This record gives sequence, structure tokens and C-alpha cells, in this order.
Amino acid sequence: MSTRITHGARMEYHCSFCGKTQDQVKRLIAGPNSVYICNECVALCSEIITEEENFRETGKRSGGAMAAQEQAGGRVSSAVAVATDERSSVESLSAMKKRSLLRRHIIDLDDWSPTELRALLDRAAVMREALADPTKRFDTLRGRVMVNLFYENSTRTRVSFELAGKRMGADVTNVTASASSVTKGESLHDTVATLQALGASVIVVRSSQSGAPDMIARYINGAVLNAGDGWRGHPTQALLDLFTMERHIGSVAGKRIVILGDILHSRVARSNIWALTAMGAEVILCAPPTLLPYETVALYTARPTPETSAPRKVTIEPHIERALEGADVVMALRLQRERQQAGLLPSLREYTLRYGLTPERLALAKSNALVMHPGPMNEGVEIDPAVAHGAASVIEEQVTNGVAIRMAALELIAGALVAQEGR
Amino acid sequence: MATDETANETILLRGARVIDPSQGLDAPGAVLIQGERIVASGPIGTVSVPDGVRVIDLPAGWVVAPGFVDLHAHLREPGFEAKETIQTGAQAAARGGFTTLCCMPNTQPVIDSRATIEYVLHVAHGAPARVRPIAAISKGEAGRELSEMGELAEAGAVAFSDDGRPVQSSHLMRSALSYAAPLGLPVVEHCQDDDLVGDGVMHEGQIATMLGLKGWPAAGETITLARDLELVRLTGARYHAAHLSVAGAVDLVRAAKRDGLPVTAEVTPHHLLLTDAWVAGERTGPLAEALAIMTGEPLATGVRYDTNTKVNPPLRTAEDCAALLDGLLDGTIDVIATDHAPHTIVDKDCEYGEAAFGISGLETALGALLTLVHTGKLPLATLIATLSHRPAQAWGLDAGALRPGALADITIFDPDEWWTVEPAQFASRGKNTPLTGLRLRGRVRQTWLGGRQVYEAQ
Repeated sequence: MSTRITHGARMEYHCSFCGKTQDQVKRLIAGPNSVYICNECVALCSEIITEEENFRETGKRSGGAMAAQEQAGGRVSSAVAVATDERSSVESLSAMKKRSLLRRHIIDLDDWSPTELRALLDRAAVMREALADPTKRFDTLRGRVMVNLFYENSTRTRVSFELAGKRMGADVTNVTASASSVTKGESLHDTVATLQALGASVIVVRSSQSGAPDMIARYINGAVLNAGDGWRGHPTQALLDLFTMERHIGSVAGKRIVILGDILHSRVARSNIWALTAMGAEVILCAPPTLLPYETVALYTARPTPETSAPRKVTIEPHIERALEGADVVMALRLQRERQQAGLLPSLREYTLRYGLTPERLALAKSNALVMHPGPMNEGVEIDPAVAHGAASVIEEQVTNGVAIRMAALELIAGALVAQEGR
Repeated sequence: MATDETANETILLRGARVIDPSQGLDAPGAVLIQGERIVASGPIGTVSVPDGVRVIDLPAGWVVAPGFVDLHAHLREPGFEAKETIQTGAQAAARGGFTTLCCMPNTQPVIDSRATIEYVLHVAHGAPARVRPIAAISKGEAGRELSEMGELAEAGAVAFSDDGRPVQSSHLMRSALSYAAPLGLPVVEHCQDDDLVGDGVMHEGQIATMLGLKGWPAAGETITLARDLELVRLTGARYHAAHLSVAGAVDLVRAAKRDGLPVTAEVTPHHLLLTDAWVAGERTGPLAEALAIMTGEPLATGVRYDTNTKVNPPLRTAEDCAALLDGLLDGTIDVIATDHAPHTIVDKDCEYGEAAFGISGLETALGALLTLVHTGKLPLATLIATLSHRPAQAWGLDAGALRPGALADITIFDPDEWWTVEPAQFASRGKNTPLTGLRLRGRVRQTWLGGRQVYEAQ
């Protein structure tokens, strides 16, 4: 599927494989039925073909993919189907994956390599520019039904996904817990089966249950995008945070990034740790010990960055002053009132006294440090209003960047859907 | 149980390796059965062959063992027949080589009255395994008032337990132990401090942190176990700790036994063999290591949040598995019990946090446990003892031996036959196992109950 946007009078053409425009690559070659391929993807394809031929020579592979490839003849568009046949072409698939060309589901960031993250952030930058023109639409998801399946209330994330989906050309519909059969006790499995029967090919899910997106991914032919599951993950939030940071401080490699607050119950923190450490940042977790997850540091040190095998740098610093010292970014997390009732905190008052992000404390960080918050904020609890709305705050920009990140994420999975369908 | 034709038939099983830990027998041997009991057993040649005997020659590579005795099974009937019935549970037992099942009382109604015990025994009549009910400690397993333990013992209860709803009140546990002592039956506790464990769904550790699932800390088990052991010290009553899962619990039981307390303990195959990493689809721990050695290739990765790994107590760490095996080897842990906990597909086909706890274990226990034998970590005779003689001894059951006079409950298995775990083929209604698709080595060929063959593998 080609992706085109109107850019004044001039047409912009996109590579059907990686999505880059004619301006971003040396050469863009047109094929039949409005498909295009750039010189970079041609190079990749010949690499895959060589790889497969090597396999054929060593006799390690069965003939299925080979036959398919021969059938495809010289038509460039068929190369995707061949290269991405999941069963028969695992080697090629991993080669594609390394280049971030394929990812049907975005569920968590634990297995994302720096290359993949970079590719997505780069695409988000393109989307961010496109957003400046409210008339711009991509047709990447044209003819596809995208469902925002939200089992938890959320304005920010749902609207962000909805706008992103529409910009990418999808037919977007929202299902919220209060308005659906989920309140009548229908299982997630049945709900997803119903949505699929109604034509949904992209499901964006928000659930209070960790692992709900994994479960959906096992059932559907289409794609799953995690919009936050339990305490586990919120990948697009982490990606937009990373994107926002880079726009202000450049590469996060070697930077001190403090995540402050209720890390135990935070999916935002978990996904951010994966993404930030993969990009080489040093993450400092600061929270009362009752709100820190068990064996956190051991967990991340036991799981080095994919592709590079670089160790992930995560430390815990329960003293806020020490944590903030020299910080490049401070990300405050929302504190829920229930934590006090659950016996995890003496009081919100004490939390604010000991862990609230105040102007005085922020002064310990670098002079150009950024202040972030995934929202919604409890101003006056975890963050002082003067900080939330101060010069260092990029909290509103996070929201805008969220749409661009989600557009890039949708584009990524759209590529995998196309590949899967052999279009 | 025996029919008229077989009532007095004399049968000789011979040629296979006979292992009977009750008499220290482990040799190519023979077992002579008359009617429902064994009349002679020993190394081949020492057992005389009377006239008119039906001789069954078995392959030399097979093993003849006492029928396995499971001190911990959930048969779900009455009340939850969609999960399992006493008949299907007993069929699953026969396929797994178990001939005695002690069934837990968390049914509906709870097994806390003579009527329920009699109902269970009535329904179990003619089943391919002996069903011995465990009665509730408290009425309705509500943890408030003692059940009518005296009458329950008379009606046929073999132990008391509020399994599934562990006794939180120290006072009630003390009373239960004191009251049960003169009845001669053990009190069985599922050690779990509800206040600390809360709604934890998996082992509290790195994997729970990664998956964002609520942790079930090891201390939730040891706190209750330590309390109970102090109450045993106080009352002198018999106590049995169900499904130990953490290293600390093994240490506590070891110390209690050193002090001479009348304590026994069990471990399940899954706690011995699987780790919390299985919840993340990362197959680590003794089973994965053994299968990798046995097949020469690592086990394929599983899926994340497989609800079939959700069990209570939860799967723990590789260190815990190692401590449990040590406990089994040094006798701290007396018994392997399955905690067979069948569930319907609906109970498990949901989000991890919402899924029911439990693993359907009767039909995979032997094959899974034999991986420890095949890799030299556990002697076969010890495995058989912990599955048969020791559980029977722990609770004083007439089972678990091949000695003359013993009931002819016999399990015959081929320790080397490879087979694939296919839950669709289970006799149990519970298809919930994390081992689906795995190849295991060691399979039950025949199961005999009271001198009658009740199962033969195809």
C-alpha cells in the first residue's frame, strides 16, 4: 500500500516498505498499482535473497519459501510477502525486524533494540511536521478499522490514539467499558472475536489487567497496540517521552533521568525504563521504598539491551535531593490517593513533604533540566504547580508529541499487516 | 471393587523391575496377586508360581511400583462438575498411575458433614481409583467454627484441611490441632498469610515486576508455616504442610523435624520443576534444564501470561526448586502430591489477574518427575517412595506397598517411553497445564486397583 500526502501542489511519494519519502532517500522506484520502493529497501531485499540462497545451498531450509519466491517472479511488491512469511522465512524476518520494518504488535518495549527505537523516533519526527498542517492525511490505514478498546477511563491517551488513527486514514471507533458488553461480563476473548467479526484489524487496548494485550495478540489476525495495561507497560507513552526528551536535550545516552514517585504501580515507569536504558540513559528511580517494585535493579541488569547487549543502567536513590543532583530530566509520576489507604504511605502530606517536586528541589538538577509528567497530574501533591507550569516543564508538549508517536507506531504495525496479508 | 470372576483369580506379574520402598525391594522381580491383595513379591525366582496362575510377562525395562497415593487432589464434586467429577478425576488418576486420591473439601457444599463424605464415597464407588475424602477444618471452610471433626473422622475422613481458604486465625488453628489429636488424623494447612499475600497472583520477584503482576511473597508462606509449627509444639498434634513452595519453608520443616515434632510435608511436581519465569514464557528451572539435556536442545519459549502457569502457591525461583529437591532427598519433605486442580477453559481463558489458580496435574506428574531421574538428580526408588509408600505412611493409609497382604494397587510404567502432553487426550476435564506440547519420557502402561487392571495404555 502506498502512502501519499498532499503537500501543496506537489505529490509526496512514500516507499511502500519503509515509508520514507522521495526526499529522504536517493531513489524511489514506482511499481504497478501505486507501489513504490526506495533504494534502501531494494538493498535490503537483495540482502534477504542472498541470505536465503545461502540457506538453500547449505540445505537447511525447506522449499516452501523458495517456491513462493519463484512464483513472485520479478515483481517487487511480492518480495514483501516472500520475505515475511513467518513460518518459512524466520531468518529474513529477523533481518527485517532489526531494521524496524516489521512489528505487528506493540505491547512492550523490553525487546526493542536501539535501531528500532531510532527508526520509530525518526518517523515520529516526520509525523510531527505533518501535524503542523491540519489538512494533511496519510492513507496508510485507509480501509482499516481501528478500535480503541478502553477498559479504563482515559481522555488523553484515547483521544491521542483517535486523532493519530484518523490522520493515518483509519476508520476509528471507540469502545469503552461503560458502554459495552464488558460490564455485562463478556470475556476479553469474546469481545475481541466480536470486534474482529466487525472488521477490526487494529485494536488499541487499555486495560487494568497486565497482559491483556498479549492475550488479544494470541487471538487476532490483526494488530494490537498497548495503550496501557495494568502496572506493566505503556509503550507509546515511553516513546513520546523519549521523543520529547530528544527534542530538547538531544541524545539521552549518558544522561541522568530521574523517575520520581509511585514506580510500583506505574506502567509508564516500566516502559520508560526499557526505552531509556536501551538508548543508553542512566535511569534513577526515586520513591518511598513501599512504592518501588521488588528486585527492580536486578531485573533490568539481568536483561541487557537487544542487539547491542549493552547493560541497562538503573539505580535506586530513595533520597530525593541526591537523586535530583545533576539530573537532565525529572519525570514525576501520578500518586493515587488509594496508596495511603492501602498502608503504603503515611499521608499525602508526608509524601509531598518528602518527595514532592518543588522549585527548590528542581534547582538541584541541571540548569536546563526538563520536567515531565505523564498526566493526569495531582498538582500540589507530586508536583508543585510552579514546577508543572514553569519554564522547565514540557508536559503539554508531551501531549502533542503523543499524536506523532502514535502515528508512527500505527504506520509501523500497518507495514506488518500489509506484509502479513501479502499485499 | 473386584468383580466375581476376578475375585479369587491368582495373577503373577513378572519380568519387570519391581520397586517397593516399603520393603527395600528394587530388582527384576515378580508380584503374585490373589483376589484384591498381594500374596507374594520379591526378586524373580523367590516368588513361587502356583498352579493355575495367570502369568503376565512384562518387558524387563518396565517398572512395577506400588500404586501412587496422592494426598492432595481437587475432584470438584459436588458443586463444580464442569471442572471435574469424581469419576473423571479417578480416570485421570488411573492414567497417571495414581490409585489413591485424597480429595480436598473445597467443594460446594464443602465437605464438612457426614452427608457430604458419604456422598463422595458413594459417587466414588466403582471408580478406577480409591477416593479418600479430606474434611474441612472449619464449617464451610469459613475459618470461624470447627467442623464436627469427630463425626467426620468416623464417616471416613482421612485428614482435615481448609485448603484453598487457609486458616488465618491462630486460635482456630490451635483448636483444630488440639481437637484433632485424639482422632489420630493430621491437620493439613495451605500456608498462606492472606493479609500479606492479598491478591497476589504470582511469585513476588523480578518476573512479577517485569510483568506488572501483583506479587505473592515467599514470606506469605513461611509466616503461616512458622506459626503452625509453634502450635504443633504447643499441642503435640499431627500436622501436614501442603505444597511447600519456598526454600524458607523447607528450612522450617527441617528444623521442626529435628526437634521431633510430628510434622510431614509435601511438594508438588510443578513447584519442584517449574519457575516463575514460565509466567513470562521463559522456561527455566529443573524441568527445562533436564529436557534440554535429554533432547539435546533447549526448550522452546512459551507465551507470556499463560494462565496455565497461575497456581497457588505460585511457581517460585530456581533456587526454591533446588531447595525443595534437597528437602525431598534428605527426607524433610516426605511426599510428592499433585495438588491436581482442574478448571474449565472459561476459568483460564482470561486475563492473568482474573484467571483461576490451579494446574491439572495427575496425568503429567510421573512423566514430568522422571526428568529428575533421567538426569541423575533423584533416584528412581526415592521418587517412587515419595509417590506411594511415604504418603501412605504419613497419613496411615492402607496403600503404597507391594508387601504380602497389601492391597494389589499397582502402577506399571515404561520409564523410557517418550510421549507428548496433549491435554485434549486427558481423562481429566481440566485441560489446564503449562506443559502442553512438551515431550516427556516415561509413561504409565498399566494401573491395577485391588487386583484388577483399571487402565492400560494404548
